[in-house]
Amino acid sequence: MDPSVVLADAAENLVPARMQMALSLGWHIVFACFGIAFPLITVFTEWRGHRRDDAARLELAHTWARAMGVLFAAGAVSGTLLSFEMGILWPGLMARFGEVFGFPFVLEGFAFFVEAIFVGVYLFGWNRLSPRAHMLSAVPMIVSGMAGAFFVVAANAWMNNPTGFRLDEDGRVVDARPWAAMFGPSTWPQVTHMLLAAYMVTGFTIASVYAVGMLRGRRERRHYLGLVIPLAFAAVVTPVQIGVGDWIAKAVATNQPAKLAAMEGLFRTTAGAPLSVGGLYRDDELHGALELPNGLSLLIHHDPGGVVTGLDAFPPDERPPVNVVHLAFDTMVSLGFALLLVSAWFGWTWWRRRRIPQTPWFLRAVAVAGAASIVAMEAGWIVTEVGRQPWTVYGILRTAEAVSPAPGLYFGLYGVAAVYAVLTVLTVYVLRRLARSPDTRAPQEVDAPPPDRSTGEAAVR
Amino acid sequence: MTLAEVVLSAMFVGLIAYGLFGGADFGAGIWDLLAGGTRGGARQRDLIERSIAPVWEANHVWLIFVLVVLWTAFPTAFAAVVTTLYIPLTLAAFGMIARGAAFAFRKSISTAGMRRFLGASFALSSLGTPYFLGAVVGGVASGRVPPGIAAGDVLTSWLNPTSVLGGVLAVLVCAYLAAVFLCADARREGAEDLLRQFRARALGTAALTGAVGIVGLFVLRADAPLLFDGLTGRALPVVLLSVVAGLAALVLLWTGRYVAARAASALAVTAILLGWAVAQYPYVLVPELTIEEAAGGRTTLVALLVALGVGALVLLPSLVYLYWLFQRSVERPAAGGAARMGVTDAAAS
Repeated sequence: MDPSVVLADAAENLVPARMQMALSLGWHIVFACFGIAFPLITVFTEWRGHRRDDAARLELAHTWARAMGVLFAAGAVSGTLLSFEMGILWPGLMARFGEVFGFPFVLEGFAFFVEAIFVGVYLFGWNRLSPRAHMLSAVPMIVSGMAGAFFVVAANAWMNNPTGFRLDEDGRVVDARPWAAMFGPSTWPQVTHMLLAAYMVTGFTIASVYAVGMLRGRRERRHYLGLVIPLAFAAVVTPVQIGVGDWIAKAVATNQPAKLAAMEGLFRTTAGAPLSVGGLYRDDELHGALELPNGLSLLIHHDPGGVVTGLDAFPPDERPPVNVVHLAFDTMVSLGFALLLVSAWFGWTWWRRRRIPQTPWFLRAVAVAGAASIVAMEAGWIVTEVGRQPWTVYGILRTAEAVSPAPGLYFGLYGVAAVYAVLTVLTVYVLRRLARSPDTRAPQEVDAPPPDRSTGEAAVR
Repeated sequence: MTLAEVVLSAMFVGLIAYGLFGGADFGAGIWDLLAGGTRGGARQRDLIERSIAPVWEANHVWLIFVLVVLWTAFPTAFAAVVTTLYIPLTLAAFGMIARGAAFAFRKSISTAGMRRFLGASFALSSLGTPYFLGAVVGGVASGRVPPGIAAGDVLTSWLNPTSVLGGVLAVLVCAYLAAVFLCADARREGAEDLLRQFRARALGTAALTGAVGIVGLFVLRADAPLLFDGLTGRALPVVLLSVVAGLAALVLLWTGRYVAARAASALAVTAILLGWAVAQYPYVLVPELTIEEAAGGRTTLVALLVALGVGALVLLPSLVYLYWLFQRSVERPAAGGAARMGVTDAAAS
């Protein structure tokens, strides 16, 4: 084929392929969070229920186990699509570097397999195993969920800081060392940040469902516990996340200075750089931002006069899009602090009075916190991914070189958009139903009750 | 055996497992499609649902396993296959999503219209997905995927006689496996009428699969001579093993030994897949890219083998536990307090 035709196809495919990947990953990441954090919250509740012989807690745990089953199923199918897309959309990445960073995906395959098996065991074994055996069977589910997150984020961290290989003069990979690639400088900060984010998303989102219920006047103990238990998990994790955020920002400053400069909209390499909030970046300058003098230098170097690298240190074709990254970063940070306030409010009242704050404003805050935590997490993910541009493998492989030149590839975006629209509607519908009638079955369970025509239709309308 | 061949064999074990377990799972969906009207087919659908509910996710992880091992150990071959064949692969992935989502959500939904919509997407995607995957195999086996990114024709690589044959055979094999598996399940539940139905279907699809297989040989001779030579040459013993196992399965079905029939059917399907592998050895992409040329670095292959070994040690006992628990399938008397009672009652009602 004439090479110019191929390149034309690749250029045509680039934006749709990025959109398709963003849509697929952005959808999957929410469900992945529940796959990571929901098991522990559920099993903890079950354990407390058995310890206190408390029917409300056991019932709550069973409802959550079913919701977990639904979310896990949705996560599983969206994850399958992603493993196809890695190759279909980004063959330039996989063909060249698969032997370097493909390895954690293999381990993730195992972790996911184990989690799928034990989600099945946990749901299926609910009344078939002794409480002890049942809770023990949940341990592999909890561990493999977190391990899976480690492996996937380790692969992403490799794209940010590629290690564990050498390139020969022709740019071919020689001496691939997959273990070294898996433990690059970004791996631990990124993994920790993501794990905590998963607990925040899961905790705040479940709590928000029950907060809405309480605002609508449901005040029984089950509802109260459904708010307090997940909120407690999220509230404990949130302050830790702020500290981890500082750690990961320093890692980015060291390893990907262009990304940090974009996060802050900083053009000129500056000593005593300010911390900028908001504003729009135009013509190499951030306009209308709120500036805290010396703030950035202080955060990154713990020295008000420290030098922070700006975008001017990089040629224009190696700079990430600034506005998206900067505003996404601000969104994440400000929502993070708002969630910290909610957590502190809850923690303080609980510590002094052993109950939640009595005002409806607290319930309203928690009700919003669920969505806020998801938005914060998505914004953080945008910072990581868009901030890495124009690179797929930082400093080595451009995204434009990684994309597939296959003709017609861009049609995939429409297909994926349609499929996910339907999938989202269905998931929300089933979860809402589950919230109303807790004996709705999860996909991994058997003995489905026959369709209940008398209440079903009426309840929907 | 070289290191690369060992890794490829491990991947192929995953592919066979997907063919057997995932295949039976798709096949069950195909029978769901053919079960008849909402009322008449209800008992068949219930049996199908009970048979696959706890294991369907685990069954499909085999495919992810195959993909990730391929892209780590044979990255260039992987990239060549998925870019040239991206259309059937994307359609198969959509099928998996539609199927998984429909199956997962259908039992949580009570309105008749929604259930019917989800049931239809479950059943239709059970038919489409194995077809597209079979077409992908046909494209690879007939040498229509050259090395290089999107180097092959994105249409004729899967719209060709061998791919059609692969797709049709995949659908038939899935349906056959499912019918045989469901026979044993129906027997365990003591549902004699369902047993008779699925036995007749197993025998019917077996006959059909055999007929298509024979016609297929002529298709391959004309369309994929290299594959044909391999199948009738080096791979002939394996192909014959498949035929013998298939015939044995028929006898066992006829005489009502369903568990043994399962084993024989599994062997027959395994042998078909192995025959394909033997026929195109030593090429990953016929007739250009060999296993050794496509393989990644030694360190990567060793790391993979270690991971596969350790992973298998974790995975196999877990899988055995899942199947054991599921086959045992007795509900504990509700002894754990009012909540358990309430839940069990709700489930029973």
